[in-house]
Amino acid sequence: MTVLSAGRLAAGRRRARRPADTLFRFATAACACIVLILLAGMLIRTTWAAWPAFSHSGISIVTANNWNPNVNQFGGLSFIYGTLVTSVIALVLAVPVSVLIALYLTEAAPPGLGTWLGYLVDLLAAVPSVVYGLWGVFVLVPFVTPIWQWLSSHLGFIPLFSQFASGRDFATAGVILALMITPIISAISREIFRTVPADERESALALGATRWEMIRLAVLPRSRPGVVAAVMLGFGRAVGETIAVAYLIGGIPNKITPHLFQQGSTIAANIALQFNEAASLPLFKAALIALGVVLFVITLVINVAARLIIQRRGRLT
Amino acid sequence: MSSLAARHRRDRIMTGAMIVAVLVAIIPLGFILADVIVKGAGQLSASFFTQPEPFVATASGGGFGAGIRGTIKMVALGSVVSVPIGVLAAVYLSEYDPRGPLATVVRFFADVMTGIPSIFVGIFVFTAIVLVTHSFSSWAGGLALGILMLPIIVRTSEEALRLVPGALREAALALGVRRWRTIVSVILPTALPGITTGVLLAIARAAGETAPLLLTAFGNQLLAGWGSFNGPEAALTLEIFANSRSPFPAQQARAWTGALVLILGILVLSLIARAVVARRARGAR
Repeated sequence: MTVLSAGRLAAGRRRARRPADTLFRFATAACACIVLILLAGMLIRTTWAAWPAFSHSGISIVTANNWNPNVNQFGGLSFIYGTLVTSVIALVLAVPVSVLIALYLTEAAPPGLGTWLGYLVDLLAAVPSVVYGLWGVFVLVPFVTPIWQWLSSHLGFIPLFSQFASGRDFATAGVILALMITPIISAISREIFRTVPADERESALALGATRWEMIRLAVLPRSRPGVVAAVMLGFGRAVGETIAVAYLIGGIPNKITPHLFQQGSTIAANIALQFNEAASLPLFKAALIALGVVLFVITLVINVAARLIIQRRGRLT
Repeated sequence: MSSLAARHRRDRIMTGAMIVAVLVAIIPLGFILADVIVKGAGQLSASFFTQPEPFVATASGGGFGAGIRGTIKMVALGSVVSVPIGVLAAVYLSEYDPRGPLATVVRFFADVMTGIPSIFVGIFVFTAIVLVTHSFSSWAGGLALGILMLPIIVRTSEEALRLVPGALREAALALGVRRWRTIVSVILPTALPGITTGVLLAIARAAGETAPLLLTAFGNQLLAGWGSFNGPEAALTLEIFANSRSPFPAQQARAWTGALVLILGILVLSLIARAVVARRARGAR
């Protein structure tokens, strides 16, 4: 009798409990799904809005170098070129610096100092891109212009450095991007280096390795895939950066040139700089949205690849 | 094998290179902060926070009151959208089925989403809201900021929820407390400091965004009312961007002051976020 009523009581409570619990679980699952729906929805909605441009220009949006909105030509190859050039400059400058910073903070710095320097480097990531742009225009451009001129006149036999045109150019935009992605690459590299087991470091040191030899033997080989992923995430960030580059690149379409001290434009900067002009021209506007879709696909591929590497690594360790 | 002396020299050289790398990153940071303070502090006054820009471009005085108000309005809107959704999504990721297929996929794409260019989010909201309503608006700007905040809140809240000791969950469930009740009354309050930190960091990130607002809020030199959300809206970052591209010294000076206010705001948010975490760490001990 008692057993029966206790069982009935439990069953009744379970039934009463079920709706609230099920509902709450469903609500949280729905919110989790919003992330996925949002990503898919963003791609679909923007592709749809860009469709007039895709059907007008087809593949030439990404293969032709003729961006002349006033005659309805929308070949955006030069923007892709500018995006890649500035991002590669940023990587060339930022990767060695970021990896060395991460090594110093995890392996060499005195513990207290390391934490503080880590905060400071992270602070670089907290500076908004509009401030980087403002500082870039009024402080960095006057500072680098004589350096670029000097490089141009002394190393001008290298095409990269010849034909100086302006302090607002691919090179300056690359420098500001390098500053912006350094905290990202070094923060992720730091996490990666920290996962190297202590006994591997200690084995190397016990065998008489110096600190640098220990880093080369124990830390770097194990961390290579993770650092590659960190670099890719930095690259993705550089590719998508808009405002700071819009300030510093000059904003000149159709420039595909090996000379780094000349003005050009990037996908993101061009969207920001030309969006107002396009307000009353539907096809122009659709073409800018199409550039946005191209940018989204590029960064999506980079980020998915980087995250896959990090995830696989996480499973291994 | 090189000699011991050569190996030690190499070690010292590489340590020196590491220190140089740290300086290479920190010196520009010092210059940026110093320049913003030196060029921006002069015009800083109470009226900078409340007054709109003067109508005459060359006139000094006035302030970014419109932008500061707009940024607060739109960040608040973004938070209202993204905090509940983000925290509930994090609850699913950490409390229900953390290793299941949905959680794995959502976690992965939330990480991917943090790397999506903010201007693309602006383009999306432009096509989804501005083209439909035929007007730039605070709604559109706030929604764009909310979308940018969402993945940050999901991931930081999940981390915070995972730090809640399993014993606490089991104790509540063993007492016969319902699952959702356990989450709402035990787990979420315990994780609150961590979640707060994540939300503050997301707010700091959103407040510094320019590109998405260019296409959604558009900008506005006039003070819009606190309650008006249907028209073009100013933002602190948009006013910095517009004024810094002007040839007139008065506008450039205001841009620097705006940058100072923006950086100070973001620093304060980050410091509060760190203080919340630090207090929790002390409390746990």
